[in-house]
Amino acid sequence: MLEAIRTIGLRKVYPAANGRRLRAWNPGAAPRLPAAPALSPSPAEVVALAGLDLTVGEGEFFGLLGPNGAGKTTTIGILTTRVRPTSGTAIVAGADVVTNDTEVRLRIGVVPQRPNADRSLNVRENLLFHAAYFGIPRAIAARRAAELLDQFGIGDKAEAKVDQLSGGQQQRLMIARALIHEPRVVFLDEPTMGLDPQARLALWEILRALHAAGRTIVMTTHYMEEADRLCDRIAIVDRGRLLAVDTPARLKAQAPGGTLVELSLDGPAARVADGARTLAGVTRTEAVGSMVRVYTERGGDLIPALIRVAEAAGRGVRDIHLSPPSLETLFISLTGRKLD
Amino acid sequence: MTAEPSTLVQRPTTARIVGALLLRDLVVMRRELPYFLIRTTLQPLLFVVVFGYLLPRMGFVRAAYGAALLPGILAVSLALSSVQAVALPMVQDFGWTREIEDRLLAPVSMRVVAAEKVAMGVIQGVIAALFVLPIARLIMGPIEALTGAHLGVVILVAILGGTAFSMLGLFMGTAINPQQIGLMFSVVVAPMIFFGCAYYPWQGLSALPVMKYAVLVNPLVYVAEGMRAALTPALPHMSLVTVLAALVAIAGVFWALGLRGFERRAMG
Repeated sequence: MLEAIRTIGLRKVYPAANGRRLRAWNPGAAPRLPAAPALSPSPAEVVALAGLDLTVGEGEFFGLLGPNGAGKTTTIGILTTRVRPTSGTAIVAGADVVTNDTEVRLRIGVVPQRPNADRSLNVRENLLFHAAYFGIPRAIAARRAAELLDQFGIGDKAEAKVDQLSGGQQQRLMIARALIHEPRVVFLDEPTMGLDPQARLALWEILRALHAAGRTIVMTTHYMEEADRLCDRIAIVDRGRLLAVDTPARLKAQAPGGTLVELSLDGPAARVADGARTLAGVTRTEAVGSMVRVYTERGGDLIPALIRVAEAAGRGVRDIHLSPPSLETLFISLTGRKLD
Repeated sequence: MTAEPSTLVQRPTTARIVGALLLRDLVVMRRELPYFLIRTTLQPLLFVVVFGYLLPRMGFVRAAYGAALLPGILAVSLALSSVQAVALPMVQDFGWTREIEDRLLAPVSMRVVAAEKVAMGVIQGVIAALFVLPIARLIMGPIEALTGAHLGVVILVAILGGTAFSMLGLFMGTAINPQQIGLMFSVVVAPMIFFGCAYYPWQGLSALPVMKYAVLVNPLVYVAEGMRAALTPALPHMSLVTVLAALVAIAGVFWALGLRGFERRAMG
């Protein structure tokens, strides 16, 4: 398999988020800083990435899955040359993101988390000028722009101001912009965040078509379903670390003990977790506050026994939630917390 | 192993990318020119109406004052336009909209993107000065000492002054929070204009020696005195060599500071 991306020991440490300097210099970026105080080497620093090793193949649809603050956006930032790594190496489309950043930018397309089209220009001009920044002759750019706008269903908006587009249309304009210079690797950072379900499905279709056309795609998301449905391989990241990377099917197969049963109790759950562990068919239990998580091969059949265990421990059951084996249960077992 | 280099997109030359960046800014500037000119030249022109027209006719100000005022008015228009042309969009871009992102993704070094912004600042400064000159002259009437004999010097001072103030704009645009932009212009730019020897010649401050040397930290002094050296050379003015050296030094300092800020803001 040819490599589109390889990272080795990628680390990113941000200086103190509450520092005077950062607040003065970086007001817009402050909310984007992932907070992971538990891993910080000193209270003054935030470790966004703690040594990431990744390989993405040419033509692959690769997903970076993790909760907010996992380091997804930082990873995309480094791979798109917009964030300088503290240490480690990243090669994208054959060029180093630090020592040869302009070469990387020539070969990638980037769809940002929040649409940031040039609002001084109309929709078509956004594409034409972006193409011009990549040295594409005007006639070719005009043809490609018309094709892309039609393909993404905003051909009739070519002369419109950016502000006249809906959120979904702006996001599609961002994808068109990312594609106009025919990049080898396309990066999308949470592309469906804030879109209504219909716009999200439309976007999925666009991404599937891009993938089918052989483009390498790297997408971050915190939606399990999205990663499951679209990606060839998924990397699960949390607190700046890579926890697992594989195909969705193989990741789901790794989910521990089949079904996850979550019981919300009316008090601390530790004793209930201990009791549940002795039940037949239970592979693993954990207590988080007043919540107990039980992984079982027996699915819903275990519920009466679990309620008896809880009552024996003097706890009432307030709520029960069943999750079939999924990326979600794997994620919870890897990180100890839910995605969203 | 890594993949073969792409053959789809040939690497464009830096000049070609700069051309595209400039074209984008020129297209946007042409659309916004009237608002831009009103924003940057109305205040200096109103000053001309009061101090170059009304007060001389009331007898409070000698008519000769016009010769000291006109070069200063040009300097203010040039400096205000250059600094605003760079700083205002940059504060918005980096503070909130991130619209500059598509240019930061261009396959060119970030300092080229910053330098192009400075070039646009110079262009807008010169346009504002060219716009103000005939109008101010018209309002004030004939000015005895005014000469167009040193047009080359006028252009040189305009370009160097525009460069110095565009680079100041680069520094301010990357150092200021969007919430503080109004405050910054009141606290930094307004005193700069009033203590910039725009409305009075620097030699006139000889009566106040402390003031005379204190204002030398103000970049506007050199643009105003440079304009006097070029437009009214017969009247007292700072030596042209001092003016040019100071402008080059100011431009260098703010380019270094501004570029550091730009790269810091551009790299997330």
